[in-house]
Amino acid sequence: MQPEQSEQSSHPRQKPDGAAKSPAVPHPPLTQKQRRIGERLIEFGIFSVSTTSIIFIFLIFLFVFREASPIFFGGSEEEKKDTVVAVAQTTSSTATATADTGEIESEQYNPNAKDLPTADSGSNSTAPKKEGSGTSSDESEVYNPEAKDIPTQSTASSTDTGVATVASSDESEVYNPEAKDIPTQSSVGDSANTPVATTTPSATTPESTPPAPSTAQNDADRARQIVGEDYPILEHESPVKVSYLAYDNWQPNSEHPRYGIYPIIVGTLKTTFVAMLFAVPLAILAALYTAFFAPKWIRETLKPAIELLAGIPSVVLGFFCLMTVASLVQTLFGLDFRLNSIVGGIGLGLAVIPIVYTICDDALRAVPQSLREASLAVGASEWQTAYRVMLPAATPGIFAAILLGIGRAFGETMIALMATGNAGTFNWSFAEPVRTFAATIGAEMGEVVFGSPHYQVLFFLGVLLFIFSFIINFITEFYVKERLIKKFRGA
Amino acid sequence: MAKNETVFHGERKSILGFFATGLPLLAVIIVLLFIVVIIGNFIVTGSGHLSWGFLTDSPRNMNTEGGIFPAIYGTVLLVLIMTLAAVPVGTITALYLTEYAKRTSIFARVIRFAVNTLAGVPSIVFGLFGLGFFIQTVGSQMDTIRYNGKMDDLRTTLAISSSPLANGQQATINDIKTFLANDEFDWSEQIRELEGYPEGTIAAVNSDRLVEYLSEKKELKWGKPSLIWAALTLALLTLPVVIVSVEEALRTVPREIREASLALGATKWETIRRIVLPNCIPGILTGSILAVSRGAGEVAPILFTGAVYSLQELPSSLSDQFMHLGYHLYILATQSPDVDATRPLQYATTLVLLGLTLALNLTAIMLRSRLRKRKLL
Repeated sequence: MQPEQSEQSSHPRQKPDGAAKSPAVPHPPLTQKQRRIGERLIEFGIFSVSTTSIIFIFLIFLFVFREASPIFFGGSEEEKKDTVVAVAQTTSSTATATADTGEIESEQYNPNAKDLPTADSGSNSTAPKKEGSGTSSDESEVYNPEAKDIPTQSTASSTDTGVATVASSDESEVYNPEAKDIPTQSSVGDSANTPVATTTPSATTPESTPPAPSTAQNDADRARQIVGEDYPILEHESPVKVSYLAYDNWQPNSEHPRYGIYPIIVGTLKTTFVAMLFAVPLAILAALYTAFFAPKWIRETLKPAIELLAGIPSVVLGFFCLMTVASLVQTLFGLDFRLNSIVGGIGLGLAVIPIVYTICDDALRAVPQSLREASLAVGASEWQTAYRVMLPAATPGIFAAILLGIGRAFGETMIALMATGNAGTFNWSFAEPVRTFAATIGAEMGEVVFGSPHYQVLFFLGVLLFIFSFIINFITEFYVKERLIKKFRGA
Repeated sequence: MAKNETVFHGERKSILGFFATGLPLLAVIIVLLFIVVIIGNFIVTGSGHLSWGFLTDSPRNMNTEGGIFPAIYGTVLLVLIMTLAAVPVGTITALYLTEYAKRTSIFARVIRFAVNTLAGVPSIVFGLFGLGFFIQTVGSQMDTIRYNGKMDDLRTTLAISSSPLANGQQATINDIKTFLANDEFDWSEQIRELEGYPEGTIAAVNSDRLVEYLSEKKELKWGKPSLIWAALTLALLTLPVVIVSVEEALRTVPREIREASLALGATKWETIRRIVLPNCIPGILTGSILAVSRGAGEVAPILFTGAVYSLQELPSSLSDQFMHLGYHLYILATQSPDVDATRPLQYATTLVLLGLTLALNLTAIMLRSRLRKRKLL
């Protein structure tokens, strides 16, 4: 850019040496060479600062992935735990196979074991209502055979689940004769008798078996009942593998955490669907209006007005949905739950409308005027031109707008936190509370222990969100722009 | 025949056309209605509780009454630091993209793609990044360095001749504490840790054992959620906004002015510094205002990088935690123990937050429209 000024008078306009500078003219503050070096330095500085965005994109992915990486690579310890659990299960299954009444007995003794630790009900209290009803129904099933087999006293003891000590004397009298009667019971009797032994210290027959292995088996059975058939039983510290996430139960805070993310995926899909259904028609039609049908002065005021919606913080939108929209929807449709995916979807839709509107408006106005004029020239009316010529011509842009809207709806946190009800249950109904990806991260991150498996799973959800938004951006950037360019070149 | 056709088309046009032109208008009206209802709802319900006292007092009585001044203060502080971090970097990047990058440069395309990706990343992922990188890695490392330096200082202090632990002697914890309290450096952290020495304050230790014990008690200053990390996270979030606005402003400077400056013999940087940048200060301002309004409204990144619900005192250093208007509203609305009593407070807080962001947005929009008009000149 800068013409080289050298000492030699090779340049045609340069005066001969003697007359180049008079002594009275001051020297320039920097020599030419210094200016060039300074210039290069500044250029280099600007260049390196502008790589910040690239660097930080990489860093974001790297560090979020790093915190989640144990999920991908962990698992060697988990193999051992699986075998331990499997052994416990096989022993209980062989025990139930040996004696029919033995089967009923072991189930009878389970509610006994449930009576003892009152912490059990406490740990399940954090679960949402549906899940709580699920476990209590399990317990009721277990109580039933007991009620059938043993008359009045045990029914009294079975109905009051609360205090073990009050019922303990009854139970000892009820269970002991059975323990003596059935010989095969003695092999499994360890598991049967120890809860009794702990409730009634002295008066019973000698079942002085060490409590440790049998309560482990009881715990395993109980855990198996809580957790379900096809999921490994985990503790809070046990490492998590990616395969544990492909499950339809999200209960990371219960005693045996389940990290299945299907409910979260379904919740996110539901709210995004409602949001798109609500926002996309409104936004495209509004863009159509301001791009084609509105006089200039209306367009000048309308565009900033709709972009004002973009300026409303998402917390405020979430709060608005929580207060006003939820009541409105509930009275309109008569739903059971006040906060559900419909309300959340409307809130997300409100957040998505400005994005889709702005991009659609730009896309529609970017369609060449020649298309419009040609259409009008062959006799179409204004609106026919708009709907049948301009709108299809702007399809790549509209597609990009919808994609970006979906990306925003997936990742929006505050609205989802406040307006969706936050229950991680797996069902396809729209009138139920849901949990989205971002809401899960936002709600649970404040309470996890740094480095724990729950923490890693939450970071894994973050990785998923990042990859999803990256893919959407990628498609928008490369695929859509290519199509747009091709279309207008006439290819 | 032609006349019939026109009439026929005209009739068909008018009925279908009525709907075709009416639907977009209806859509616009619906969207505007939503905006009016949202803003109006909060103005009506929130202004009842709004007062000068509300804006300047601190919360009282477990956040059920009193003002929200600490939240406003925290938000303003946060946004200030965020702007200081985001605007220079964004401006320089936009400068590079418009002035220095060649038209076909792959590097420019990569930067633009990175900026667009940054714009699309969900805000909660920024929060996770802030937690995983800024707090756990950078902050933790800073704490380690700071603490190791402190331990070295402690070793040298304990080795001086007036120390009770000089020359490998042993001394009781009490003696050590008095010695450290009288020392010229600030050992208050360490003295507090020594209170809890497991073998009691009259146990005797030597210098190595003492330093070993204290090394494990690294106190977190930078490795915990704080103002600086939340501000940096938000700066990353709003970087694309700044870049896009400044780029737009830079493009409004006509090429002719640049070329004239270069023709007069100025270097590229001199042209930028003296001609281009002063002309697009309104654009830079627009970008910063938009970034500020976005930063004041985003709550997701600061959920676990620094915002808290109640504070004893206002944040006075970069490593303190802070209260934030949006976070305050979120907690009030969903987790406060007495939701009904705080209802007017919630509405008023929303009104303040809305007022702040909307005022900023309107200013930026007006600035931007003035910029664009100048381009047409």
